[in-house]
Amino acid sequence: MAKKPISFTHNGRETAVFAESGSNLLDMLRRVVGDLSPKYGCGQGTCGSCTVLIDGEPHLSCLTLAETVEGRNVETTGGLQRGPDLHPLQKAFMEGFSAQCGYCTPGMLMAAKALLDRNPRPTREEVIEAISGNLCRCTGYEPIVDAIMAASGQVSGRVA
Amino acid sequence: MMTVDTYDTLAEANRAMQDRSRFLGGGTLLMRAVNYGDQSFQRIVRVRDASMHEIRSEGGRILLGAGVTMSRIIASPDVAFLAPVARLIGGPAIRNMATVGGNLFADHPYGDMTVALLALNGRARMADGSEMDLEDLLNRRGSMRSIVSAVTVDRPTGDEFRFKKVSRTKPKGVALMSIAAWLPRPGGRLSGVRVAYGAMGPTPIRVRAVEQALEGGNLDASTVDAAARVAAEGLNLPDDALASAWYRREVAPVHLKRLLLGEGRR
Repeated sequence: MAKKPISFTHNGRETAVFAESGSNLLDMLRRVVGDLSPKYGCGQGTCGSCTVLIDGEPHLSCLTLAETVEGRNVETTGGLQRGPDLHPLQKAFMEGFSAQCGYCTPGMLMAAKALLDRNPRPTREEVIEAISGNLCRCTGYEPIVDAIMAASGQVSGRVA
Repeated sequence: MMTVDTYDTLAEANRAMQDRSRFLGGGTLLMRAVNYGDQSFQRIVRVRDASMHEIRSEGGRILLGAGVTMSRIIASPDVAFLAPVARLIGGPAIRNMATVGGNLFADHPYGDMTVALLALNGRARMADGSEMDLEDLLNRRGSMRSIVSAVTVDRPTGDEFRFKKVSRTKPKGVALMSIAAWLPRPGGRLSGVRVAYGAMGPTPIRVRAVEQALEGGNLDASTVDAAARVAAEGLNLPDDALASAWYRREVAPVHLKRLLLGEGRR
């Protein structure tokens, strides 16, 4: 299969790879870049487990043509941690037992990060809306919403 | 083998739309097909033309580029009347990706934005500059090869435009019915009424029986009752996993009435 060169910023690092023509961003991240943090769930835009941030906004990487991220900034859960320090959202998820099977967690974290970067003090309703595209089949959502609320205010707003 | 060809201008991309080619909008429909091994096309055509992302006034109408996303609509004061519709489409990630142009080609039960555009006298502008009524486009979309560059709609004032999406899941759920109504009342009487449904057939459709029942009346109980009586008249309603045709026929008058009377407006 033909391959195309793609240059983009991946979790703050300039990255250049060759991706299969027609492949999606999720495949490129997992198979070519080696970032296994975004998960393949449904492949049709229903579950949100593949959510990543592109230029700070949540996108579904399984529905994103890989080459459309040329020159753009892609963030995944794999880039949240700073050395030994977990991101406040990761800490809150851990302390709030907000993951059971954990499959939805990367998508939830990125959807929540997009919200808190834009709005560090969201209401509960805004949190629910922000994760409305992400399915969880274990927790019943309440521990996830609680964790995002707990993390709010601990996350610096996005620097323009 | 899938190939991807990217063009700088809409004209170039339009010329490139041959057999077994599909145009990439936001990817929410096309990449799903790719992921599920759709063999009906082997070439993806995409374009970087900035004109696809415009929102601007054009005479008394508003032009929305086919590449405008639902999130752009929500953020744009020029199309504030469409923001409540865009907010009901998918979750935040989908709204950052899904486009006006793509919505025109969404299969049942999707396409809520198209329902609104249909009610607002929408016309599709094609890449070659020609225009067609949205109803024509929806009837022919399965065989179309030309790229839609933009949609133009009338600009409603006040509470002339209303939209309701009925779904079982909140805040994000697929429509088992959506209704858009444009209700101009020059001189107090309804005139030029347009009502459209989504998820009530293979494509979004205008509901002419309802339009005729409302035309010339007021938005009072008797006119609304007359419209509700023909809410599902002449429609070939679908059975699907969300609702049976029978259920749709039963609830259509209820939701239409609520929309027209302004009850539980969304």
